[in-house]
Amino acid sequence: MATSSVSKGCFVFKPGSKKRKRPADAEDYFVDGSGDCAYGKERFITCQRLWEKIKTDTEILQDDLNKKILDSLLAFIKKCSLSFQSRASDWASLMRANEIPTAALVLGVNVPDHDMTFQSLSDLLQESVTPFAVSVQAKECAALKNLMQRVLERLMGAGVSVEDDEEDPSVPLPQKRVSCSMSALCQWYKTVTKKQTMKSPEKKCSSVNDFSETPPILVIFKDFEAFNPRVLQDFILICSRYIQELPLIFVFGIATSPSTIQHMLPHSVSSLLCIELFQSLSCTQHLATVIDKLILTSQFPFKLSGKVLQVLVSIFLYHDFSVRNFVKGLQLALLEHFHSQPLSVLCCEKKEFLGYAQKLSHQDVEMIRQLPSFMRYVEAQDAQEQVQLLTSDEHVKVVCQKLLKDLRKYHKNYYPILRCLHTLTSSLPKYPLGKQIRELHISCLEKNVWETNEYESAMQLLRLLAKDELVTTLRKCADILKSGKTKKMRSALQQLEDYLVKFEQLDSMSVEDLNEEEVTSPGKDLQKKTDLFQLQKTLLEMKGTRRSKKMSPFEVLRNEALGVIDGLVRSHLTPPELQPLYEVCYYSSSGILRRHLNATPRTSIQTALSHPFYYLQNVSLKTDAGTVSNAAPDICIAYKLHLECGRLINLFDWLEAYATVASAAEGKDPDSEEYGKVDELKHAHFIQAVSELEFLGFVKSTKQKTDHVARLTWGGC
Amino acid sequence: MSPQKRTVESGALEVRFVGDNDVLDHIVEKHEGSKAPQSSIQTLVSLKSRRKPSAGTAEEEEEEDGVFNEQNYVEALGAGTQDGDEDGSATAGASVFTFQTIKRANKMAQVASEWARTPGKSVTFSTPDSPEEPPSPARASKKMVTQNKTPQKGKKVQFVSTTPHRLRKRISAPNLKSDSDSDFSPSNSEEEEEDEHEDEEEKGEKSEALQKTPSKTSTAAAALYKTPAKKSKKAPEPSLVEEYFEAHSSSKVLTSDRTLQKLHTPKLDRETLLRLLDGKPSCYTDEITQLNKKHEKNFSKWMLQLQMGFNILLYGLGSKKLLLEKFRTTMLSDSMHLVVNGFFPSITLKSILNAITSEILEHDGSFRTPMDQIDFIVKTLKKDPDNHIYLIIHNIDGPMLRGEKNQQALGQLASIPNMHMLASIDHINAPLVWDHSKMCVFNWLWYETTTFLPYTEETSYENSLLVQQTGALALSSLTHVLRSLTPNARGIFRLLAEFQLENKDNPSYTGLSFQDFYQRCREAFLVNSDITLRTQLTEFRDHKLIRTKKGADGIEYLLIPVDAGTLTDFLEKEDVE
Repeated sequence: MATSSVSKGCFVFKPGSKKRKRPADAEDYFVDGSGDCAYGKERFITCQRLWEKIKTDTEILQDDLNKKILDSLLAFIKKCSLSFQSRASDWASLMRANEIPTAALVLGVNVPDHDMTFQSLSDLLQESVTPFAVSVQAKECAALKNLMQRVLERLMGAGVSVEDDEEDPSVPLPQKRVSCSMSALCQWYKTVTKKQTMKSPEKKCSSVNDFSETPPILVIFKDFEAFNPRVLQDFILICSRYIQELPLIFVFGIATSPSTIQHMLPHSVSSLLCIELFQSLSCTQHLATVIDKLILTSQFPFKLSGKVLQVLVSIFLYHDFSVRNFVKGLQLALLEHFHSQPLSVLCCEKKEFLGYAQKLSHQDVEMIRQLPSFMRYVEAQDAQEQVQLLTSDEHVKVVCQKLLKDLRKYHKNYYPILRCLHTLTSSLPKYPLGKQIRELHISCLEKNVWETNEYESAMQLLRLLAKDELVTTLRKCADILKSGKTKKMRSALQQLEDYLVKFEQLDSMSVEDLNEEEVTSPGKDLQKKTDLFQLQKTLLEMKGTRRSKKMSPFEVLRNEALGVIDGLVRSHLTPPELQPLYEVCYYSSSGILRRHLNATPRTSIQTALSHPFYYLQNVSLKTDAGTVSNAAPDICIAYKLHLECGRLINLFDWLEAYATVASAAEGKDPDSEEYGKVDELKHAHFIQAVSELEFLGFVKSTKQKTDHVARLTWGGC
Repeated sequence: MSPQKRTVESGALEVRFVGDNDVLDHIVEKHEGSKAPQSSIQTLVSLKSRRKPSAGTAEEEEEEDGVFNEQNYVEALGAGTQDGDEDGSATAGASVFTFQTIKRANKMAQVASEWARTPGKSVTFSTPDSPEEPPSPARASKKMVTQNKTPQKGKKVQFVSTTPHRLRKRISAPNLKSDSDSDFSPSNSEEEEEDEHEDEEEKGEKSEALQKTPSKTSTAAAALYKTPAKKSKKAPEPSLVEEYFEAHSSSKVLTSDRTLQKLHTPKLDRETLLRLLDGKPSCYTDEITQLNKKHEKNFSKWMLQLQMGFNILLYGLGSKKLLLEKFRTTMLSDSMHLVVNGFFPSITLKSILNAITSEILEHDGSFRTPMDQIDFIVKTLKKDPDNHIYLIIHNIDGPMLRGEKNQQALGQLASIPNMHMLASIDHINAPLVWDHSKMCVFNWLWYETTTFLPYTEETSYENSLLVQQTGALALSSLTHVLRSLTPNARGIFRLLAEFQLENKDNPSYTGLSFQDFYQRCREAFLVNSDITLRTQLTEFRDHKLIRTKKGADGIEYLLIPVDAGTLTDFLEKEDVE
């Protein structure tokens, strides 16, 4: 093999320059992998376009979400830099003269997402406040020296390259080496600021222009928790000595809670900091927005089935809280869908799918006929139509166009109604239909939501709603429906608005009516002087009348309004599986997604070891559950035997046991002399199996006892 | 779905229907008189909760709860909602990660012989009757341990069996009801094991019989046995907790003292090992090739996903080197790529980075730190976005690459848009190498590629296992060093070697004392003063040919740190010359 050697671990391969042709790109592989069917290219293009859109959308979303916290952070930094300049005037700033202004940025545990935040933060800072913003990570600052070096390197390197662009970039290198101390930094800062003030009126520095004369030096500690406390303490102590000369500002990126600052820094150090806390949006809110904008919208033709969405959400909630990974999962689902489903060519905008549907080949039409949802549709038609659908390709194409348009309409109606239902139910006690809209969405995707008990109880609770609440939520619903563009949505909106008007009318008229009623019936009874028996009697009477009393006009109206909502839910929130051709748009292989994103390698290895039949479909390996045939591969036998051992395994015993099993597999007579004897071949196989188990990490050699290995795992079957 | 039914389905709680005969046997046993009611309760309990030896109901319910939650979680993850092609028999996490349990010394041999006797599905019954020995009190607890450990093993049936043999034993063992259940005695384990595996066979027999019973009755059965379970709370059975500590407390290791020296076949060296392994092809070649064909179908998909910014990670049993090699030759022949053998014992991050900078990017110049080097790579590749580089790393979890810093650096490489990484992992704990942020940087897509191919190359570098130690290397170094010495010096060494060989069967031999050695050397006219000998010995020591040890009496003892076989070989070779 070209890549095995006993003296080398790296092998470089370059394509021969002669036959160097254009290397195939992703598109070719897409077409290649999707088999012989047409439209590979189109599908790839659609897929790419959708992904680009999703990507930019998430980025915009992220920026929007971060905007608030970044703005406040920026304001803080600006204020600090101002106070540096106008120092010495008021006594408060004198008090704080020795404190380093610090922003503690609590970002949450979804560390992978932080990069984007920091990136936009430092971009923003470079743009508007100071050119001197450095970010450091814990991994590059093991000791104070490294931290110092990083900060200086980045600051002065940046400063130098900004100032003299025309010079050779290799020059600053020796400069940096010269001295790595705070005083060097001070010196540098002085010259830079002086230069700037001299230069700025003249020619360049258009970017530097808006900065103040003494821009602050910003040090961003990206992962505060990971820093060595000792290093950090020393750094802060040193910096506080120079605060008079250097306008330093710190930003701590904190993943857990602000109290870590107290844990890491003793009082003597933290008293040198003037800390202000900034709390970023929680990652669950972030996810909710992403789902809201990317999934609960008819904007994208590509959809996720309930199970897939559930897998992605569970990975988020149970594993990493990372929105970035969620989007990655979305990307994978998108890619898989377009790659594996040939009909996904129809999963695009209206204009395009009408065109593609027109051009479908016979093969494609056959594929459509095979779709379960389409079969169901055919069955529901009358006999003549059925024949038509099964024989005429042209007819199928026409129907297909219609169905795709219907599917589009379905989505356009589905999401507004879903939102309406969510606004109505999300304020109910105990959240019968889920607190988050995604929960409601998932349950709607999976079954007829109105058949569930939860829906029933939600409706019951809604029927008890007071007027104010009901009217405000209905108003919200009406607002949501306003964005709906279909006819049905418009009529639904009309209906709702009518009810809202009626509720208002009720308001004006009912005040008098109700008052009247109440005053007439119980009023006079109370005025009279009664005995206990009398009172009981009247109370009973009142109870009787109340029971039999017909509903107030408000109640009637409420029930009617809710009836309308119920009707909307029933007609628009049907699960997508019932829509013909839903396979075109919905990706539903949750298993594939889970296996690629949330794999369990150890389980897989142990399954292979204890149930080899699962992978090697050979009859001789087939056994009852839980046991392994003695004809299994060597490593399986060795593994199975080692499970019966304690902490240490005697190699000799192990070998003997292995030989017994192996000779049984050879079909030797159990009574013969040879049976269970260790011959060279078995010995060799055993050695191989054991060293493989060691390689996999099940055993390791030990010096505790001669010819023993230590077992490293427990459990397994 | 009711929780009860759910747990039954999940296999966490096994409840079996018990036939009339068994019940009758219970009663009979009870009436035998010698048996205390406690034991029958015990059996009922264990019948009810096969999985948990502790019969505490509260604890049980709690655990049931736990299982239920886990089920919820698994379902939420979509494991429960399979697509049909989903793994059915894949081991659940619960059975993969369990506590350490007590094991007996001879258990393995017993299992092996039993296993050997049960070819495939058919079960043979060769139960040698051995009623005379008294079962140790530990057996009950032991039994449960095995059940605890392997819930799916088909040991579903009561260990109180119906055979007269068993009954006899019970009767003859009045001490069973003594409260010393948890006293683990390592003595007379062999006999116990004998019983042990008889029981297992009985169980096997019974489980077959009982498998026909409809599972619906199980709930009823569970209800039936609820009360005894509660009662037995007072019974001094070893609880899960006790067993845990028992398993962890015994510092003494209960294994036999036999060593590989007893082996009739001589130790194998590397060459014979390889020769032998080459000789016999694996028995499932067809299936294995089929399996690998299946993985090869994914090649173009991998390429696509690599292009889309993902990196591919392969896991599963079996060497993935061939698969990746095939991928390399079929898909990557037109593009720049680098193969890294992570299992190579002296692979370093530096060598990988150097290979990239000097050979791929053709940069000649050195870098101060790996950080700088990576920065350079990132910058260069950013400038040339059409230059795609593929990085194949066999065993990214290899011992040399495991370190946090190395993974960090590899992650940085992997995150470059036009650097594409394919890697494989084999160690069962490999995923622990990456934390969240590294995981995110790597952007892995996991692929299960179980190949069942032997890890021949991967394991060829390790010589840690005692089995295959060869003296070839030591021998060649010996001859090389000695060849450069004077004849006198060779003679001195020879003297020492011969003396050591004479004493090779003496286990208390600590070495040759300096005084003795000097005497012998003088006699052989090899040295004329002890200073000469000392300088000579210093030279030996510098070349690691000998080792000196101070004895208890303060005298220096000299030893050649090479095993007897190699030494003999060496002397023979010398003689030939």
